[in-house]
Amino acid sequence: MSLIPYNRVKLARDSERPTGLDYIKNIFRGFMEFHGDRRFADDHAIIGGIARLNGHPVTVIAIEKGHTAKERTYRNFGAAHPEGYRKALRLMKQAEKFGRPIICFVDTSGAYCGIGAEERGQGQAIAENLMEMSTLCVPVISILIGEGGSGGALGLAVADRVWMLQNAVYSVISPEGCASILWKDASKAEAAAARLKLTAEDAKSLGVIERILSEDDIGKKEFYERIRTLLAEELSELSNDLDLVGKRYERFRRIGADVVNK
Amino acid sequence: MALINFLKPKNQLEEGGRSAALVQRDEGEPEKKCPNCHKDIPLSRLWANRLVCPCGYHFRMKARQRMKMLVDKDSFQELFAGMKAGNPLNFPGYRDKAENIRAASGEEEAVICGTAEIGRQSCCLFIMEPYFMMGSMGSAVGEKITSLFEYAQKQRLPVVGFTVSGGARMQEGLLSLMQMAKTSAAVKRHSDAGLLYLAVLTDPTTGGVTASFAMEADIILAEPGATVGFAGTRVIEQTTKKSLPKGFQKSEFVLEHGFVDAIVSRLNQRKMLAEILKMHNGG
Repeated sequence: MSLIPYNRVKLARDSERPTGLDYIKNIFRGFMEFHGDRRFADDHAIIGGIARLNGHPVTVIAIEKGHTAKERTYRNFGAAHPEGYRKALRLMKQAEKFGRPIICFVDTSGAYCGIGAEERGQGQAIAENLMEMSTLCVPVISILIGEGGSGGALGLAVADRVWMLQNAVYSVISPEGCASILWKDASKAEAAAARLKLTAEDAKSLGVIERILSEDDIGKKEFYERIRTLLAEELSELSNDLDLVGKRYERFRRIGADVVNK
Repeated sequence: MALINFLKPKNQLEEGGRSAALVQRDEGEPEKKCPNCHKDIPLSRLWANRLVCPCGYHFRMKARQRMKMLVDKDSFQELFAGMKAGNPLNFPGYRDKAENIRAASGEEEAVICGTAEIGRQSCCLFIMEPYFMMGSMGSAVGEKITSLFEYAQKQRLPVVGFTVSGGARMQEGLLSLMQMAKTSAAVKRHSDAGLLYLAVLTDPTTGGVTASFAMEADIILAEPGATVGFAGTRVIEQTTKKSLPKGFQKSEFVLEHGFVDAIVSRLNQRKMLAEILKMHNGG
């Protein structure tokens, strides 16, 4: 299947596409959702809690966009406020304390751009996640299931393994944003999407992700079973790694280093 | 004439003012209009006052001029000076744009790094460059800042960093985004080693730099009136369809909301940084 990058963007944004909750329900057993950042509020765009993966306790965090108009409004279209990132970090620290692996599902056009979000430190919340996730001493796997919008996506993706769905996208800026800055014309998003190298294949060739997950059977039982098996295998490998944090550091350390003339 | 020269303040910044690229190009024009008080201020007076208008407005400043103003004379030893990114995504126009800016600004990249002494206190120092693609962070900026924190950790030195940035550099796509994670991990290691990191946020500090190393310091200072935020104001207005409150995202607003430790005028920064470094001496 060969789609132009902008069609990937459209697919990644499709409201029919499985969302974070669909993955949680179909891959794990007995998910219990835990709410709130213990500081200000409970963000509806990021959900998290504990569940079992093939019997083993894990912490699961997901950005949820919702399917229906009502759900999407309630979820703020998957655009989290700072409280979402702080809730995620609280649950990750809890996972670390109890030795549970962490699995994140990422699907956002970006962290919310609003007055309250700025007042409550959107940048600081993401920065803290990047910093703290880099030294979590439990395995972390992040899967980009739809849109991977800039810092808002990275805030849940400083992981030992980052995987992408075949038609998910991962980008430093939305193609519309890029087009409006470069050419003062958001309608040139298609051209911008091609330049930004935001597809799963691009991300893999840039060394930003480890694995591309096929979408041939997306949403079907086998699809979720396949991901469950892959997660279980990868977690058992990562759990035995005595230098998990050191390797996570190197994983990000090398990105971009080879394109810099020294 | 000789007498006038004699009376003129002997200030390194004056040289900087004359040779500076872009805004300070108007050599024939001895005055500059302050966008805050709307008065025409003689350039020499501005330079003698560290580019701060008598009304308190802080003009934007080149990284190297800031360095000269800040560090003990001749103490700056530059590190990683040759690091610069190519055009890893073959982004149209990027290479030419970067080369033109290199020629105009005399800088290879959007940050300068090195070791220095401030009030006889040794530290590692980075200063971002507003006149290089508005301090945007691509692979080279990420690599330089990461390398500086790693160097500081090895040498057990504190890091002082001046931020100014429009955010991640779009032309390097995902590689730019990943620099946020890379720099953050290096800051964390330096921090876990018990070492001090002090950031000074200058106008503007936004986007991916705010959402990474700008907000990760032990002590965060800001210059008066600096824009400090995550999202751009235009994007916020479009998203929320609301007009923004007065002073939104100015450093005073950010202080009021609890995200910076103090606002410090450029005229007092050297003294304050020296004292903070001294109080953390050995760590």
